[in-house]
Order: sequence, then C-alpha cells, then structure tokens
Amino acid sequence: MIFTIAAKELKTLFSSPLAWIILAVLEFILAYFFLGQVDAFLAVQSQLAAFANPPGLTELVVAPLFGNAAMVLLMAVPLLSMRLIAEERRNQTLTLFLSAPIAITEIVLGKFLGLMAFLGLIVGLLVAMSLSLYAGAAIDLGLLAGNVLGLILLAASFTALGLFISSLTAHPIAAAIGSLGAFLGLWIVNLSARDPASWLHTLSLLKHFESFNRGTINTFDAAYFVLFTVLFLVLAVRRLDNQRLRG
Amino acid sequence: MPEITLNARALSRNFGLRTAVRDVSLELRQGEVLGLLGPNGAGKTTTLQMLAGCLAPTAGAIEICGIDLLEQPRQAKALLGYLPETPPLYRELTVDEYLGLAARLRRVAKPFVAEAVESAKRRCGLTEVGKRLIGNLSKGFQQRVGIAQAIVHNPRVVILDEPTVGLDPIQIREIRSLVRELGREHSVILSTHILPEVESVCDRIQIMHQGQLVFSGNWEALKAQHPAQSSLEDAFIRLTQQQEESA
Repeated sequence: MIFTIAAKELKTLFSSPLAWIILAVLEFILAYFFLGQVDAFLAVQSQLAAFANPPGLTELVVAPLFGNAAMVLLMAVPLLSMRLIAEERRNQTLTLFLSAPIAITEIVLGKFLGLMAFLGLIVGLLVAMSLSLYAGAAIDLGLLAGNVLGLILLAASFTALGLFISSLTAHPIAAAIGSLGAFLGLWIVNLSARDPASWLHTLSLLKHFESFNRGTINTFDAAYFVLFTVLFLVLAVRRLDNQRLRG
Repeated sequence: MPEITLNARALSRNFGLRTAVRDVSLELRQGEVLGLLGPNGAGKTTTLQMLAGCLAPTAGAIEICGIDLLEQPRQAKALLGYLPETPPLYRELTVDEYLGLAARLRRVAKPFVAEAVESAKRRCGLTEVGKRLIGNLSKGFQQRVGIAQAIVHNPRVVILDEPTVGLDPIQIREIRSLVRELGREHSVILSTHILPEVESVCDRIQIMHQGQLVFSGNWEALKAQHPAQSSLEDAFIRLTQQQEESA
C-alpha cells in the first residue's frame, strides 16, 4: 500500500511541469559546476605532482560537486515537499486516503518514499556524472559512496521535515517558505558557535554532512540523520491523526 | 428484515465549544437508500464525515456491518465508499488512472483492479472518457468520477454527500437514477437539502436541524405526522420551525 501511494506521488510529480523543470535546472547547474571543477583540476594537475601526497581527482571534483548538490537540494526540496500534504488539504483530496482502509503511517511513508524516489533520481544523475570521469581516469569509489550515502541521508532529513511542515498548513507556498527557513536555519545554526564543543554543532545539518563529504562514514552522523528523519515523519503522522480527532 | 449495514449510536461532535452534531443515531439496512435532510449548517456533512471515518466522533459508536469503525478502522473502511462534498479528484490523472488508484487504496487485489475500474465506469457512464484527464472533464462528469471512486471496490455502504449539487437538470436526473440503482445492490446514505431529491430517491428520511435529528422515518410517516402539510417542503419547514420555537 505504501508503494501504491509512493507511485502515485511520483506520477503526480511527473505529470506536472514542476518536476521536469526542477530536474532540468538542477542538472544544468550541477553539470556547469562539474565542468568548472574538472577545468580547475586540469589547470592545477601539473602542480599537483609536486606534492608528496596530492589530493586526487575524486577529492577535487566529486566531493565539491556533492557539497554543492547538498546546497542545491536545500533549495529544491521545499519546492517539491510543499505540495505533499498542503495541496491535498487545499484541494480536499486527502479524504480519498482518509476514508480508505489504510493507516496514516502508510500515507506519510508513501508520500515520503515517493519524493525520495524523485530525489534518488537526482542523486543517480550525480553518480552518473561522477562515473563519467572514468573516461579519463580512475576515481575513488569509496569517497563517492560516502558522498552518495551522505546526500541520500540529508535528502531524507529534508524530505521528512518538509513533509511535516507541509502537514501543518493548507497553503503550499507557506509550507515552502517555512521549509526553506527551517532547512537554512538548521544548516547555519552553528555559525556563531566559536566553541568547537558547542551543542549547536550537533544540531547543524551541514556539520553532519561534512564528514560524509570527506568520505568518512561516521555512525554518529548517520544516526543523527536517521533520527531526524524518523522524528519528523512521526510528527507528520501525529499531526494528520490529530486532524481526524480535532477536525 | 434485511441485514443492518450501518449502525451509528448517539453520535456527537464538538468543534471547540461549538456542538456541530448532538446525539444522532442512524441505522441503514441492505438495499436501502437513506436520505439525510436538513438546512445548510445542520450538521449533515459532519455526520457523514464521522460515518466515513474521516472525523472521530466526540461521543458515540459506529458499526459497519457489525465491525466497529473506531476499534477496527481498517476492516470497517474496506466496506465503505465515500463521496465527500468536494469530490477528492486529482485533476492531473486520467479517469482510468484515478479509479485504479482508488481501487488499490481500497485494497482491491491487483489482478481485479482493471475489472473493478471497468465495472465502476460502466455503472457511472464513464466508459467513453476513461483516457481523459479529470481536470478537463465537465462538472457533471467529475461528479460521476467522484461517485465511481466511492463504488469501485463494491462496498456494502455508500455515503454520498450532496451528490447532485451544482449539476444541470439532466445530470441530476442521471445521478438520481444511478443512486437508485446503487441502492438496490448496496446500501446508500445521501445528504441533501434539495427536497424533491429525497422524494424521488430515498426509501427513508432522517431530518437534521441544528445538529440534532428531528425526524426519522419514511415519507408516509412524515405525512401522517403532519397531515395539514400538503408537501414534503411544508412538513420540512414546519419541523425545523418547531425545533427553533422549542429551543
């Protein structure tokens, strides 16, 4: 049942121009950035040989690419997640799900997985872009895998929070702005924290993504993303359930 | 006596301090069309939302074919079809896609979905428009799609909230004959404030006013109770006025 809802979400995404435009624009921006990184690498390649332990192609091209993709997702996810529940509420289509013999958890998980499948597609394009480097050189697959995992976990956290914010309102635009604010806030929350042990670093999404970006898979960071995702999915379920109880 | 398919006892619903529905009991039998009648704001929609499991009652119990809707919502909702006031339609899907989704959500097994969709389309006169986008259909056809999604899984109880609102006279006649036909195989409860609709379609009527039931029985009983009134309309107005005087 979860997959039926996920498939429906994906279908509605692709039947509107929004999904196609976001895919095209993201792909263009990321490809442009990728090209820039490859150019920069080619320019410094001869000097790199002078170092004892020079950074490799993957570190200089793929890691920054994923770092930027994280920033781009931060801006793109609110546009995609805003309609998940807010639009259904606005068009009063939520009753189709609420009157059907399905649990609210299934509705929320279905919508979550539907959007994740779409974001997975974006990550897949990034992977394809990175692998294209194989045409001229070998790349560090471990570092690539770390980045892919980090980006997927980050996307899951964004989607869960965006879904929850979307469940709070009947106005998709309000949900989008709320989500963007929340993502940015969580991204830069540690900006003013001078003390490296500050708890604000623990809260920051960026801080947890950085270790994946360097290629280290830290269970603490992974656990943070997973807990973050679960927390907001549970809150979204509670919110929808409350609506049935309170009206 | 035919089997009781829907049994609601002493339903009440408060929204904050306001009581929208107070102590309403309903009973529906197999092969019966029950008309829920009342002026605007009488609590009809709230009552139907509770019967469809989209809104939890503040007090009272609902049984669908002997299954408690609040205790076992999944089993009970599988026997229900619900057309809310605003049909929950996805404008970007085709009629076939949408009805297929509705059937899957109502847990029609995958091999039977196509068959269920075909039969729902046939019964609602949608065979010709299966490939068209719902957003491009006229209001009458959209309303039929709304009814089709409520009956696609062959439920025992069909709940229709103002199924003929906003339609032209020919469409109204078509929908009424469809409702009568549905009443033979299923049991139907429909709300309306259009009195001739009740006379032409319903076997039994319940009249609501200010959140309470003021009459329950068939048309003859209403006439017997108010012999001075020549038409249903007069009896209806008389009943609601009585209520206001006593309140």
